[in-house]
Amino acid sequence: MERSSASLWRKINSRYNMVGNECTNCGKTYFPPRLICKDCGRKSKMQSKKFNGAGEVYSYSKIHVPTEAFKDSAPYTVGIIKLDEGPLVEGHIIDDGKGVNIGMRVKSAFRRMDVDGEEGLIYYHFKFVPE
Amino acid sequence: MSGIIGYGSYVPNHRITVEEIARVWGEDPESIKSGLNIKEKSVPSSDEDAATIAAEAARKAVYHSGIDAKEIGAIYVGSESHPYAVKPTATIVSEAISAGHNLTASDLEFACKAGTAGMQMLMGMTDSNMIKYGMTIGADTSQGRPGDALEYTASAGGAAFIIGKEKKEQIAELITTVSYTSDTPDFWRREGAGFPSHGGRFTGEPGYFRHITKATELLFEKTGMKANDFDYAVFHQPNGKFPILVAKKLGFEMKQIEHGLITPVIGNTYSGASLIGLAATLDHAKPGEKILVTSFGSGAGSDSFAIEVREAIEEKRKRSEKVHEMISKNKVYIDYSNYLKSRGSIKKK
Repeated sequence: MERSSASLWRKINSRYNMVGNECTNCGKTYFPPRLICKDCGRKSKMQSKKFNGAGEVYSYSKIHVPTEAFKDSAPYTVGIIKLDEGPLVEGHIIDDGKGVNIGMRVKSAFRRMDVDGEEGLIYYHFKFVPE
Repeated sequence: MSGIIGYGSYVPNHRITVEEIARVWGEDPESIKSGLNIKEKSVPSSDEDAATIAAEAARKAVYHSGIDAKEIGAIYVGSESHPYAVKPTATIVSEAISAGHNLTASDLEFACKAGTAGMQMLMGMTDSNMIKYGMTIGADTSQGRPGDALEYTASAGGAAFIIGKEKKEQIAELITTVSYTSDTPDFWRREGAGFPSHGGRFTGEPGYFRHITKATELLFEKTGMKANDFDYAVFHQPNGKFPILVAKKLGFEMKQIEHGLITPVIGNTYSGASLIGLAATLDHAKPGEKILVTSFGSGAGSDSFAIEVREAIEEKRKRSEKVHEMISKNKVYIDYSNYLKSRGSIKKK
């Protein structure tokens, strides 16, 4: 099923460059970005923040029964990465046969996530690769 | 005079050996290895394409240069494997490096030399103060028809160069450039065709050797320099043998080309080939040294450059990932079945 161009376009900043935000009132960082800081509420002062993508594996799971979009990629690994700059971020982890483990250092990479059939859009997104 | 402000390169981790391909087709790997001077080639993962390779190289180039990507006024991406027929790779790259939107961008195609054509365009644009910085990229996930001789060499990789006029920021000055171009049908891919076709041995003498030799001789004539005036030389490298032969023909010695001769271990990255070779040479070069680069694109043409390395290369070197280190770490060898799968050559319907 083809998705709308608008939904891809709106999320380019987050998908390509891991742009979240930061509350300058308390320093808490968020990805994806939040409208208000969950700690500061009305005192929130949110500003955009581009994360560098470096961090470590907080948790992961190997997917053997994929959704339609990833049927040719199975088995593949998804996980939660604890970024050095704060937030926990969910993403694909590229496992080139050497295995993934908790605490493993990773960095972000620019990759294809999926495509809309033979003629639709290509969805680019950050993934995590071993550092 | 314009020059190189920064550069970066990217080659996928996956490799397939000549032995593995030859095993499938019942050919003698040793004769192919010695005939083409190639050991293995890079293969893109199924989630890598010319845009992801270009973006990764571009990010490294921005980091290496130390500039704010928002000051880049033009981005050109040379490739013969752009992911879209209509929709630019260059705009994907510009967003991936957060270059902002006040820029011009376009995709280029001239077989293996579109990246150096972009470099020439940026020389004019920066010298004329039309833009402060420009980025040119050569990146490909090149195609080789299963069973064709090209299958042993057609690989994936790319390099990005940022061009600017400010002398103190330059790691190398682009002294001058010349080109030699003709309508030569040595290699082509029609619109919609999955794989390129070529003229076999015709790709050699009338294609590669004629254009590289003529362009380099034109550069010699324009600059008054000869082969021994250059510390290094980089020639397009469709295999590991042609650049050695053309270098010898033009009066260069092996020690001048060895740093930039990358194809024997990663294959022919097409639009990336001569630019990755230049990046590998710059990794090694010292201020004051001179580099000759002559690219080649089938169809056909060659762009030749005389380059002089500047002082800023030493300070910026700590921010660069050396080509030889990048291509030798994290390698993952795949078999022919996985090669076909990752290249999308297995049809399920």
